[in-house]
Amino acid sequence: MTAITKDMFHQFLRTAYPGGAGHPRALGFEFVSMDDNNGSLKLPYSADLAGDEDTGVLAGGAVTALLDHTAGLAVLAGMASPGFTATLDLRIDYQRPAEPGKALIAEAHCYKRTRTIAFVRAAAFHDDPGHPVATAQATFVMTELDGSAA
Amino acid sequence: MTDPIAGILKDMAYARRFQISGRLEDGELVCEMPYTQDILGNPRLPALHGGAVGAFLEIAAQMRLRLERPHQDLPATIGVTVEYLRPCRGGKTTFARAQIKRLGRRIANVHAEAWQDEARTPLALLQGRFLLPD
Repeated sequence: MTAITKDMFHQFLRTAYPGGAGHPRALGFEFVSMDDNNGSLKLPYSADLAGDEDTGVLAGGAVTALLDHTAGLAVLAGMASPGFTATLDLRIDYQRPAEPGKALIAEAHCYKRTRTIAFVRAAAFHDDPGHPVATAQATFVMTELDGSAA
Repeated sequence: MTDPIAGILKDMAYARRFQISGRLEDGELVCEMPYTQDILGNPRLPALHGGAVGAFLEIAAQMRLRLERPHQDLPATIGVTVEYLRPCRGGKTTFARAQIKRLGRRIANVHAEAWQDEARTPLALLQGRFLLPD
């Protein structure tokens, strides 16, 4: 089997990871950007993701999934060799309701990593990063595919 | 009398989108999320997406609060902390139950846990803080 190179892995993170399959595709995530310890994804508004149809406000769960996936991207983008992550814990604080009809952007920063654990802060907002809908703090377990450092 | 479970899922588009349902078992609310490709996170294991599991637990907590306070507006989530203990496997139905730890006038604290095979073996835990509507 051909080894997965870092370039192939980063191509995967830009295309399949945000919306190629499963839950991210079902929610409609889109890739925005990534670099070594940062990731950004976008969630376009969809009425069937409303938590309360009376208001049309996005379900907390959709915001949770977006922040979790974006935090994962920030971790994966900075891994020395291709691998995957598992969320250990995730704390979300909702600062205000998401505005119905508006896309949500999430930005995540991995501010510390050990051999196995990565620590991430993330926020979701509409237009202004300084005025977030929700903020998150998460830790992840990192596993490299080949078990060796690149 | 109207079905109390139908009432607690009313207007929850997100819950309907992922086919989340609830039933009373010996007076206790048990929530259910069937397996579909739409909640898959890691196709290699395969395991459910952490976000989908977190969302399910948050909805279970909201459903539990609504069962306690029928005919009220949905409580708004202030914050949740989710701890992932073991992967939720693809191909299996996921269950959840929630316990109201404190029901104040404005704030409710709710714990929820998810499992698949054994109710005694939780796969993920949630602590939720909710703002109750006036």
